[in-house]
Amino acid sequence: MNRFLQSINARELIRPLGQMVVFSLGSAIVLSSIVLTLALGLDQTAVGLALQDKYNVSLYTYTLVNLPQVVIDGLTIGFVYAAIALGYTMVYGVLEFINFAHSEIFAVGAFVGVEILIALDHSGLLRSASLGMSYVLLTFAIISGMVAAGALAVTVERVAYRPLRGASRLVPLISAIGVSFLLQDLIRLVEGLTTGDFNRIFPSFGNFDQRLNFGKLALGETTINLGISIKSIIVIVAAMLMLMGLNYLVNATRIGKAIRAVAQDRPTASLMGINVNRIISITFLVGGLLGGAAGVLYALKFTRIDPFVGFFPGLKAFAAAVLGGIGNLTGALLGGIVLGMLETFAGSYMGVFTMGAAGSEYKDIFAFSILILVLIFRPQGLMGENVGQKA
Amino acid sequence: MFKHMSKVFSLFVAASMTVTACGLASAADSKAIKVATQSPLSGDQSVVGVDMKRGAELALEQLGKPLADMGFKVELAPFDDQANPDTGVANAKRIVSDPAILAIMGHYNSGVQIPSSEVYHTSGLANVSPANTNPKVTTRGYMEINRIVGRDDVQGVVGADFALGLGAKTVFVLHDKTAYGQGIAEFFKKRADEIGMKVLGFEGTEEKANFDALLSPILAGNPDLVYFGGMYSQAAVLFKQARERGYAGTFLSDDGFDSSDASKIAGQTLIDGGGSYYSTVSGPASVYAGTAKFIADFKAKYNSDPQPFAAQGYDSMAIILKAIENAAKAADGAVPTRAAVAQAVRELKNFPGITGTFTFNQIGDPTVAKYFVLKVNSADPAKWSKNSIVKTLDIAPPQQ
Repeated sequence: MNRFLQSINARELIRPLGQMVVFSLGSAIVLSSIVLTLALGLDQTAVGLALQDKYNVSLYTYTLVNLPQVVIDGLTIGFVYAAIALGYTMVYGVLEFINFAHSEIFAVGAFVGVEILIALDHSGLLRSASLGMSYVLLTFAIISGMVAAGALAVTVERVAYRPLRGASRLVPLISAIGVSFLLQDLIRLVEGLTTGDFNRIFPSFGNFDQRLNFGKLALGETTINLGISIKSIIVIVAAMLMLMGLNYLVNATRIGKAIRAVAQDRPTASLMGINVNRIISITFLVGGLLGGAAGVLYALKFTRIDPFVGFFPGLKAFAAAVLGGIGNLTGALLGGIVLGMLETFAGSYMGVFTMGAAGSEYKDIFAFSILILVLIFRPQGLMGENVGQKA
Repeated sequence: MFKHMSKVFSLFVAASMTVTACGLASAADSKAIKVATQSPLSGDQSVVGVDMKRGAELALEQLGKPLADMGFKVELAPFDDQANPDTGVANAKRIVSDPAILAIMGHYNSGVQIPSSEVYHTSGLANVSPANTNPKVTTRGYMEINRIVGRDDVQGVVGADFALGLGAKTVFVLHDKTAYGQGIAEFFKKRADEIGMKVLGFEGTEEKANFDALLSPILAGNPDLVYFGGMYSQAAVLFKQARERGYAGTFLSDDGFDSSDASKIAGQTLIDGGGSYYSTVSGPASVYAGTAKFIADFKAKYNSDPQPFAAQGYDSMAIILKAIENAAKAADGAVPTRAAVAQAVRELKNFPGITGTFTFNQIGDPTVAKYFVLKVNSADPAKWSKNSIVKTLDIAPPQQ
């Protein structure tokens, strides 16, 4: 037992946890101070007065009181983006190619998990499940989603990418886009077979829809509840566990060492006796597992999924991976959190700061403008200098 | 990517349909005629769209006899518009290029009907709409385009007046950025301003899943009522998330909310707090005097309760069949022209349908339309048709 404990590299478990906390707090503090400064500056202008008229509260108070909830929402979606972004970045690190089919692998994970829960719901098992049992069933759905998505990712690599490995870099990229389209319509076909309705609703069970309330904050004449829903906690905790597991796998195990070796120099790694094809398959498997779990968590958090559900989260996660520095695991984590935060901050405050002229419908424009700006000044991404540590 | 895919997909479907269409046309005799339908048969809104088509199917089955006696062989040609304007227009082009098609019953979404009907208009094809409520459907003044339901410039006002009647002083207005949703939300907002309600915000969103950011300003304002102009697939998810974040007020939506899938998505959250209401131009089938037989027949044939607008689908088809019959009689039993059919639809006087008696005015609106406000009573989707009617109004369309 002691020897087993010694063999666990505790540092590699604590380091990613620390990074997550630092990234979350850091981006929260930076963005909060930006909006608070903005709010202070705009308080006495027409913007502040318009708000005073509507809500009977100063812009600064409004911004401050809403902050905790915005940060919580931003973190939740940020961790989902991070879990998907890791799939992109792992594959890029090893093969230097962008697996555009990853968004559909995410969607397949979501559908498998939700279909299992729907089947359980029809059998009456969900309704009668105790609290503990409902967590077991949720875990089962997540693991099924992971397994399906992981298997699919490995299959896609074997069928659509491996035969093209020697070709120019654009060829597997086009193949990936093709696979992405193919999978989208396959999901649509399979899910629409029975009724023509290809969307699925995450059944409600357990206590996931409930909310932990931390208290009320006064805002003008009303109060707003500050709290976090159980499902948001599940999403954040599950994502953190997965990210820690991945970090441990890559940095502290023999397989991880092999993955890093293949990423650095494929021919040499193969000369050292590493089975390159196997390692690449494992890379896809790990990316698929993470993507599948993220899919089920996404469905849990947002209730409704359709065959195109992967497209936007996939695109944003890809952007997050680029923002953090593609090929860099820590960067993907940072990029995901920052993008989720940016998007939620923009969506929550833009309407008020622009007096309703540009509401939360434009949150993506804002978030992606920031992304473009960052990349103009740091083309290698936020964590780009650590290229030596890529996947 | 979604748009491109559906384009490719619809081309494929359309191509395969032409193949079948050609095959049928050559095999059938000269008195074969077709009536097309367009509604979403797949995707989010297929729950309503499929039943709309079934309503038309049932009408053809039950009311096709006079035409059959005259020697016509009438066929239904259902098309799937996927609630997508691009697909609707592509289908419309296929429809007008098939000479056997004399009329079209169609569209669930105004945003699809408006561009598609431009195509019908250019080839003089009669269109009877069972569900499209945007004013522009008829205000363009096209001879061929008619509807049997009310309009959003009235429905929005009905909604706002109802909200005031509930005692709402502050309201947050949201919409889905489609011609239909944004249209009705604007009419609601205009009326709300007029009657002295405070509109805390007016926002459109195409988001389907993550409403967190949108909800922050709503919860901060804590309005008495949240209004959503759009379809149930978005509205129900939004309402659920708002309730879960502690919003305790009332939800109000429009006839796009009228589907049992709304309570499948949002369940108990629609009942909690101030509850949920929706205005509609199509009451539950059971409120109309003539629909008892329709409901029984529908259940017998399809083994489920009709969704909203199924009875309107039936009536639209009935109107089309009657018009073809009249036009054929005027042509001494020959196959009538499209222009004659369009003329005959407009000329019908006091046509007895199951959801009302229809006469079209000079732009194709029914001379009187019914408007309802309903309250969601149960979290169980199977009990959607038992939602209670809290208000019924008969209003003539605005004169323009």
